[in-house]
Amino acid sequence: MTNNTVYIALQNNEEARPIIEAIEQDNRDATIEHFPAMVKIDAPGQLVIKRETVEELIGRDWDPQEIHINLISISGNVDETEDAFRLERLR
Amino acid sequence: MSIDIKTSSIEPLRHTFANVARRLGADKPASRYLEAMYDLQPTVNFHYRPLWDSEHELYDTGRTRIAMEDWYALKDPRQYYYGTWVMTRSRQQEVAERNFAFVEKRKLLGTMSEASRDKAAKLLVPLRHLEYAANLNNTYICAYGYGTATTQAAMFTGMDRLAIAQYLSRIGLMIDGNSAETLDAGKQAWTDEPLWQPLRQLAEELMVQKDWFELLVAQDYVLDGLLYPLVYDRIDAVFERESGAGLSMLTEFMSEWYTEHCRWTDAVLKVAAKESDANKQQIEQWINAWMPRVAAALAPVAEYGLGGEAQSVMSELQDELKARAAKKSGLDL
Repeated sequence: MTNNTVYIALQNNEEARPIIEAIEQDNRDATIEHFPAMVKIDAPGQLVIKRETVEELIGRDWDPQEIHINLISISGNVDETEDAFRLERLR
Repeated sequence: MSIDIKTSSIEPLRHTFANVARRLGADKPASRYLEAMYDLQPTVNFHYRPLWDSEHELYDTGRTRIAMEDWYALKDPRQYYYGTWVMTRSRQQEVAERNFAFVEKRKLLGTMSEASRDKAAKLLVPLRHLEYAANLNNTYICAYGYGTATTQAAMFTGMDRLAIAQYLSRIGLMIDGNSAETLDAGKQAWTDEPLWQPLRQLAEELMVQKDWFELLVAQDYVLDGLLYPLVYDRIDAVFERESGAGLSMLTEFMSEWYTEHCRWTDAVLKVAAKESDANKQQIEQWINAWMPRVAAALAPVAEYGLGGEAQSVMSELQDELKARAAKKSGLDL
């Protein structure tokens, strides 16, 4: 059996909090673990961060590229567009 | 190959302060904005009524006709608390300083025609007095409003207006070569010239409004909602056509700020109107009452800036504001 989990680890700070909340809203299967200074989010198969959801939470325009400022580590295949940052396991 | 990051962690007992925990629970961290906003204003133990207003408590919900179950529902979508507001403005200030330096170095105002430059000074400099009125009005909202959610945002807005007044003054100083002639002339125009009197009268009427929420609607929604698109968009376009974008670089902060200001007022009106039909009708009635007054006060300014197009532009701007009220705040005007 292959492991098809993807994950993203973000710094646990003020800038990353809305991103984490957005992930929580848009990915029902995601499990979120809080560590000191880090938040690790695992999801089966795929995980998406939508620009629209984050903008709603922070009340300003947001570019998905801003993720990289607070990004620690990711696992999965990345698909980046202007509207979303997506992680998935390609078979 | 996948790497698993292992750490051992100590679970904190509380993730946030009690004022937030009472509302959202203590099991997850809250944003700094919520921590610096929720329930900060005192609500009990006032002991005595203020001598200057014995009808009300020191902090009293009765100073407006709008009623809210929870005044903290009127959150600021920009999530400004003192720290974030200062950091944002400081970044914008750097950009503005750069723009001013650029315009000065390249002598961009010097390349404007004499008539155009004169018109810019006559139009923009007196507006600093209107911005000062806006500062006083927003300070009033902060002083007499209810709930930190609104009062802190109003205070930030008030301070922003002082900044805008300063930018307008600096434009005047740049035009007159730092002799301050334009500033004196602007003050004179504001107090004496027929062109400015309707607007000055409106500013003074706003200053004596008692209902702070009505003042927020009249000043921050209706007046700003017509003045900013008129001056910093429509009239600015005329200057640009006549003599390039030098002046637009100096008023860039204003148009940027206005976009953000709209987000706050839209959200406040939307939440307050959604609360009850009574609120919705009251807000609609205020907007309907103030819109023609504001439009009439701005008419001479529009005339001066746009000439023949003034009337059609003013009615366009009013339609746009009505459309904005319907779309963003769910108000039927």
